Amino acid sequence: MIVEFTLNGEAVRWEMPPDTKLLDALRVQGLIGTKQGCREATCGACTVLLNGRAVFSCALLLAQAQGGTVETVEGLGSVSDPHPLQRALVDASAVQCGFCIPGVLMSAKGLLDQDPNPSEGAIRRALNGNLCRCTGYVKIIEGVTLAAEEMRRRV
Amino acid sequence: MSRVYRPKDLAEALQMRADHPEAAPLAGGTDLMVTRHSAPREAYLNLFNVEGLSGIEVIQGGAIRVGAATIHRQIACSPEIQRAAPILAEAARVIGGRQIQNRGTIGGNIANASPAGDTLPVLLALDAQIEVQSAARGARLIPIEGFFKGYKQLDLAADELITAVIVPDHHQDALYFRKVGTRAAVAISQVILAGRVKRVEGRVIEARVAFGSVAPTPIRAREVEAALIGHPVDPRAADALDVHPIDDIRGTAVYRRAVAHRVLRTWLRAL
Repeated sequence: MIVEFTLNGEAVRWEMPPDTKLLDALRVQGLIGTKQGCREATCGACTVLLNGRAVFSCALLLAQAQGGTVETVEGLGSVSDPHPLQRALVDASAVQCGFCIPGVLMSAKGLLDQDPNPSEGAIRRALNGNLCRCTGYVKIIEGVTLAAEEMRRRV
Repeated sequence: MSRVYRPKDLAEALQMRADHPEAAPLAGGTDLMVTRHSAPREAYLNLFNVEGLSGIEVIQGGAIRVGAATIHRQIACSPEIQRAAPILAEAARVIGGRQIQNRGTIGGNIANASPAGDTLPVLLALDAQIEVQSAARGARLIPIEGFFKGYKQLDLAADELITAVIVPDHHQDALYFRKVGTRAAVAISQVILAGRVKRVEGRVIEARVAFGSVAPTPIRAREVEAALIGHPVDPRAADALDVHPIDDIRGTAVYRRAVAHRVLRTWLRAL
């Protein structure tokens, strides 16, 4: 099955078996920033943005991305030019093992794209589908708060 | 390998439903994709982003029509639902986590027919109606209580799709929603209570008390409803509750029965 969609700002046309999950399609294509954790819509490691909303890519068929816009952590920033969220999570010491972070970043981006000045409660609710077993979340929430401040300064 | 059908609009979806009864209707995938490993389907019929299947509109009598493929997040944020049926918005805010709310649909919650489906007791308490359609026979409306016939058994023919939920305007009634689970997000509910009481001059003239996770289907506690009718709210009506939950990994039957009684009494005391 051929699926055409926009991936990190570029039009792509992927031909894959029709029941391929979006998570598997991304990783087969070399975009391994999106992590496979539980594979059952619980842990949040595979979170990507589909049409601006944070979703579990393990619970989606690639076929359902047809005509849509997908954003993954690869589209966020690079080592030399990180996104404010990436910078802020490092500055806040919010990254330990790092496995959950690509998913956390995408959930946080989904929030800040809609709400540039979120309350702590709004941040917690936006991240409630992302499990982190290292940090206890406090540093992650500080990091997202920092990033929101920085992004508001830049506008 | 499973086939995937991708209809553009509702008419095409209904035709594909009739032509390919083996294809499982697939909306957000938040239940179906999770069980795919243990229960693979031969084919899927994609209903997400199908024209005419999503959206929220006010119809005659102030009732709200919610398209089956409307995501929970949209329901949670809808001013119309917030006004007419705020407990439905509340349930949509606590179902799964944010990624589930962004993808899971109300029609999917109904079709999956889990006894723990968070919106289902709410729809029972609100006297919602389910709109189903087929290419051959058009639309029919089914009161939600008759729609759940047994564990994961629905009043739905092989060529029918759930197309909408109709929720009457209940903004003048006392409404209640409570979900009990092991954590605030993502946990599957151990007990869900949804309630609605209409009073005239202090006396209850209509009562709905609905539970999830305590029976093979979402159920109404008619024995409690009957105890409430005809006089001012008496919290002792909770003692009439007669539910028979099961033991499972999320809790014991004894615990569930105790919690169901407790949350019900808490609500009635606050009324």
